[in-house]
Amino acid sequence: MEYTRNQKILWALGTVVVLFYALIPVIWIMSLSFKAPATIGDTRFLPSDWTWENYSAVFEGGLGFNRALFNSIGIAMITTVLALALAAMAAYAITRLQFPGKTIILAGALAISMFPQISIVGGLFNVWRVVGLYDTWPGLILPYLSFALPLSIYTLSAFFREIPWDLEKAAQMDGATGAQAFRRVILPLAMPGVFTAGILAFITAWNDFLFANVLTATDSARTAPVALSFFRGASQFTDPSGAIAAGAVVVTIPILIMVLIFQRRIVSGLTAGAVKG
Amino acid sequence: MADIVLDRVSKTYSDGYTAVKDLNLEIADGEFMILVGPSGCGKSTALNMIAGLEDISSGELRIGGEVVNKKAPRDRDIAMVFQSYALYPHMTVRDNIAFALKLAKRPKEEIDAKVNEAAEILDLQNHLERKPANLSGGQRQRVAMGRAIVRNPKAFLMDEPLSNLDAKLRVQMRAEVARIQHRLNTTTVYVTHDQTEAMTLGDRVAIMLHGELQQVASPMELYNTPKNLFVAGFIGSPGMNFLPATIDNGVAKLPMVDVKLPQELADRIGRIDSNKKLIAGVRPEDFEDAAHVGPDQRDRGTTFKTKFDLVEAMGAEYYVHFTVRADSLQSAQVDDLLADSGGIQDLSEEGSSVVVARLDAESKVKVDEPTEVWVDATKLHFFDADSGESLSA
Amino acid sequence: MAQIAAPATSPPPAASEGLTDRAKAERKLGWILCAPAVLTMLLVAGFPIIYAFYLSLRREDLRFPDAGEFVGLSNYSTVLTSTTWWNAFGNTVFITVVSVVLELILGMLIAQAMYRAIFARTAIRASVLVPYGAVTVVAAFAWRLAFDPATGFAVDLFNLEPPPLTSHWGSMAVIIMAEVWKTTPFIALLLLGGLALVPEDLYKAAKMDGASAWQRFVKITLPLIKPALMVAVLFRTLDAFRIYDAAFIITRGANNTDTLSVLGYNQLVSRLNLGLGSAISILIFFCVMIIAFIFFRFLGASPERR
Repeated sequence: MEYTRNQKILWALGTVVVLFYALIPVIWIMSLSFKAPATIGDTRFLPSDWTWENYSAVFEGGLGFNRALFNSIGIAMITTVLALALAAMAAYAITRLQFPGKTIILAGALAISMFPQISIVGGLFNVWRVVGLYDTWPGLILPYLSFALPLSIYTLSAFFREIPWDLEKAAQMDGATGAQAFRRVILPLAMPGVFTAGILAFITAWNDFLFANVLTATDSARTAPVALSFFRGASQFTDPSGAIAAGAVVVTIPILIMVLIFQRRIVSGLTAGAVKG
Repeated sequence: MADIVLDRVSKTYSDGYTAVKDLNLEIADGEFMILVGPSGCGKSTALNMIAGLEDISSGELRIGGEVVNKKAPRDRDIAMVFQSYALYPHMTVRDNIAFALKLAKRPKEEIDAKVNEAAEILDLQNHLERKPANLSGGQRQRVAMGRAIVRNPKAFLMDEPLSNLDAKLRVQMRAEVARIQHRLNTTTVYVTHDQTEAMTLGDRVAIMLHGELQQVASPMELYNTPKNLFVAGFIGSPGMNFLPATIDNGVAKLPMVDVKLPQELADRIGRIDSNKKLIAGVRPEDFEDAAHVGPDQRDRGTTFKTKFDLVEAMGAEYYVHFTVRADSLQSAQVDDLLADSGGIQDLSEEGSSVVVARLDAESKVKVDEPTEVWVDATKLHFFDADSGESLSA
Repeated sequence: MAQIAAPATSPPPAASEGLTDRAKAERKLGWILCAPAVLTMLLVAGFPIIYAFYLSLRREDLRFPDAGEFVGLSNYSTVLTSTTWWNAFGNTVFITVVSVVLELILGMLIAQAMYRAIFARTAIRASVLVPYGAVTVVAAFAWRLAFDPATGFAVDLFNLEPPPLTSHWGSMAVIIMAEVWKTTPFIALLLLGGLALVPEDLYKAAKMDGASAWQRFVKITLPLIKPALMVAVLFRTLDAFRIYDAAFIITRGANNTDTLSVLGYNQLVSRLNLGLGSAISILIFFCVMIIAFIFFRFLGASPERR
């Protein structure tokens, strides 16, 4: 497309505006996290004195943040691995095999992805307390799975459909057993899709607040976002904003790095199929 | 190397659809056999059954004398070239070609030697370290061939291997395929829907329609003595002209002219009721501008006058179109042919039909000028309008 | 041929596999492979809904565990006749409608900017993913702390008096801003995917036909990206209707800003009234299903993500 001068200026301006829009809130919370407690109320955008104080407060203080971070990482990772394993099997069956019930499974998964979490959390709250899953890792991993699974099944199905399955036949003709054909030909081709689905599942679990807020009570399973919301100042006269900001940055940075490194994958995962729909 | 025998092989799907019906085919050791036919005729199903990629519903498949119905593809020792090439995108050309040998756990030196030899045959030496995505269509096709020949299999199966190439490359690769097959002398089954490929490549050609074998013969035999209307129309380009006809007392009544049949042809056809509806077939090259027919030739046929609607100069010859009064043909096999050519009826008016003739480049024909045209009576074909069977073969 | 020589990229010719042993084995394998995923989803999403429906028909209060009894639909009538419910309902609908509309407009602009970007293409794409990657709680905190009169830069900078977080509409605005900021990238990316599918030649043809830029957008871009657009709107509407994190972090219901999910949470967890809370949950569930139905039935959204 050829652009006139004015159009060029317009789109360049647009680019700058978009950059500002996307980055200002993040820069703001980072800047707040570096403000010294004395200047936290100066209402300036950038800190006048830079300090790591808030970060040490977060990691050293009795806020339970270290444990919460550990819980978040562990729970999100286990959720991701389980979701991938279960979803990969289902997606393979749905794209490759002929069996009745396929459409119902897909429709059901879609419906579940639309369920309001609040409608489920009450029932789980009651049942988990009875069966001993309340305030435990599995108690969070299970509900996360139910939301990561539909997402993963759809993402993986979209990717699996793009694999040229002639290759499986070709491998058979080349003398491969079923297992060899899968491991040496299909798996390498499926990896990008699996990887993308994994990132999306991880983000889903990492991002949750409602389940973690309702289904945990102590440090043993409380995740980082919930811990963040529980931050209080050392005394009622201390403003916890600095600590919250530092904690927020810590929670966000790993995801941001992941998102930025794998941006292409994530974009293709988010838009897989939806565009063609 | 081995022969391949299909003994009453059928394929019926779960929905009751029969893709291949009682197929009998004997492919000799080292023979280049073509399976050809329109879409849905069952030729690819037949190939996949030979490969072991689809189950055989009934009948027996023997490769090298051994029944292999229940054998997995990997145990049949045959190689296949796919229409999509099915190259492994994550492997280099070298690894693609070597894959089967690696799976068979051959020693590394042997693999290298064989891959290099195949690369040389196919002129791929400079591309061995590249990935398929970085190759041209023709190169990919050659890699697919390489993957097949490197194994010295009992047989090659090729599923429309040239159909993804552009027209010029296709002609080039066609010659290459023929050259390689000739050099390796490996039994080959080659599926195509292109009658030109079938004619030029095959030792023998098997024509299929609706899952049934119509005729197996050498290309020239198919061309000269087609067993039925479908085979006659499918082989040859431009296709055979079909016209309604009757035969009365040794004289064939064609829409444009009555032709006295030569004794030899009349004997072959035998007695025919004069009311019986027939379809006459005339190949375009069996017409000629009467001015260019020698006196000795002239006796073999009849002449008639017509005007040309269209004259296409091809350089080495003319294709001319003229219209004759004729009712449209009622025949299932004619419909099959039409369906194969995209269902395009010629655009002539109701009650008339367009005939295509191939004339000598020397003739000075012009559009709309009355011309005397000669037709070779010895080369006429006659078919039963109902069954489509040839009466003259 | 069509049923066998499938091109490399199309789904396999499974439909034509014989009902032989192979087909039966395939059927069984399909079910076995799907079973774990299906069972998990049924157990952790399907069962709790039904259980919540059961709870909603009972008086079930954890402060008085022995007083549980079947009360029919009375929890529903309590909820539906209360002003709290209708307030939260109004707030939720308002937040949903306003943020989805804003997200669509912004998302379309950002998608266009990304599509037409002449420089910093990668940078702009990456930066748009930043809000997507930010945890919702963090996004909510960023906006709350920005508008907090004690710490925020925004109140002084824009001279907001009284500070927005002290009023109903101000608080709603901040909640909406946080929500919009966080989720617009998702819409923009979906729309960008749609835009990429519109052949550039169509724009040229329309230009030759004398269409203005606006006409080109309305007559060509919009109809062609409608599928992508509808899917994006459907998912975002349902998502926004369930809003909890941002509302909880930013106001925790202060200034009469409860959303339905926050209301449900308060009943279930703060007041431990499972009966009433479950009735609210089930009502929210039905609202969401109705919204989805309307989208499928009348607006032609088909999220059949092929």
